Amino acid sequence: MTTKNKKIEVSRLCLYYGESQALKNVSLDMIENNVVALIGPSGCGKSTFLKTLNRMNDLVESVHIEGEVLVDGENIYGPDIDVVHLRKRVGMVFQRPNPFPMSIYENIAYGPKIHGLRDKRKLDEIVEKSLRGAALWDEVKDRLHTSAMGMSGGQQQRLCIARLLAVEPEVLLMDEPCSALDPISTMKVEELITELKDRYTIVIVTHNMQQAARVSDMTAFFLSGEMVEYNETDSIFTRPQDKRTEDYITGRFG
Amino acid sequence: MATRQFFSNELEGLRNDVLRMGRLVSEAIEKSVTALVTQDLALAQQIMDGDDEIDRMQIDIEDRCILLIARQQPMAKDLRILSTGLKIITDMERMGDHAFDIAKLVLAIGKRPLIKPLVDIPIMAQLASNMLSDALEAYVRMDVALAEAVWRADDTLDAHYLAARDKLMQFVGGEVPPEDARQAVQLLLVATYLERIGDHTTNIAEGVIYLETGQRVRTK
Repeated sequence: MTTKNKKIEVSRLCLYYGESQALKNVSLDMIENNVVALIGPSGCGKSTFLKTLNRMNDLVESVHIEGEVLVDGENIYGPDIDVVHLRKRVGMVFQRPNPFPMSIYENIAYGPKIHGLRDKRKLDEIVEKSLRGAALWDEVKDRLHTSAMGMSGGQQQRLCIARLLAVEPEVLLMDEPCSALDPISTMKVEELITELKDRYTIVIVTHNMQQAARVSDMTAFFLSGEMVEYNETDSIFTRPQDKRTEDYITGRFG
Repeated sequence: MATRQFFSNELEGLRNDVLRMGRLVSEAIEKSVTALVTQDLALAQQIMDGDDEIDRMQIDIEDRCILLIARQQPMAKDLRILSTGLKIITDMERMGDHAFDIAKLVLAIGKRPLIKPLVDIPIMAQLASNMLSDALEAYVRMDVALAEAVWRADDTLDAHYLAARDKLMQFVGGEVPPEDARQAVQLLLVATYLERIGDHTTNIAEGVIYLETGQRVRTK
């Protein structure tokens, strides 16, 4: 039952940067515990779309949004929404790993601390649980108090994921999380995504179509601000319905 | 942390299903000749009905191979496991069809007494079934030596085929009632199907050698 719950429902979403329209009437539902991949050429609107899911676009001047984004049935653009709380529930991992210039431990404990937690034992627990959740514990447990800046790029990215898990989110947004990583680190992050989806709903933007094929349950193809096709990943990569999707995934685009 | 666990599990599952399909095919081959020897028409019908399951498995495994190729972009040995798997199930599906064909001939022969005691045909069926089991064992264990043994066994199968063929041709060449001549041709077809089944197992063996070594070998 729970696996069929709609976690996110987007309807008739339009987004404008000033005069120019970046998203055109996008509607799609995302199911709880699914991985949804957003693919499409540069400038197609996939990252913009991702950011609408936790209102990161609020930070951009002159953005104007129409339509609805519901998380658990609640419109996140409604007047009563606490954006800080929303971003705790719907967290984001970025293209380049961006650990804070502090220890591994403090990176993870930072979120719970600013949300008011002071209990050292509880913090220890959260740090361990989050690092285990991000499949990083065994690699760093003996150097928790060394700087996070000394970690490899792949470890830093998993640290950023662990940092997100520490504030107990429900949805993870990932904006090209592997584009700065080598193939082995990429595989580790992908493996992690597959493990995390048991507990979270994950939306990932990727330039790497093969990655979308490997990790996602559903794939949405964006082109010029329009969502051309949204279907099960199995279908998108073996028998897409739209010619434009076919052209893109077979590299015959343009 | 292990990478590509999901993909490894899928490959393992696929391999198990190739084996399951192989067992069905191997059973169908043995039973088709048992049905012939004992003139058990019900058994023949059962084999013909069972062929749908073999066909269904082939399509299912093929679909899953295609999905894994599309979604996991296998390379090197992983790619050879899938491409060889696709070929193996195609060969096995055809072997299943031949068991079906033999069962159909059993029904056509019906309860009319056999023109002669069957010697080579039961041996061929046993050989072919063993060759398939060995070829699949070689596929699972990635055992090149066993795959090569399957190849060699096909020579024995061919020798029995030629023996059966010569005897049946001789029989038809003599003064025999048309009904008996007809049955001789039917038995010749059975022998031919079994010989073809043997060739399909050598294809599987060649696939296993390619899978394991990356080398193409073809003796036939």
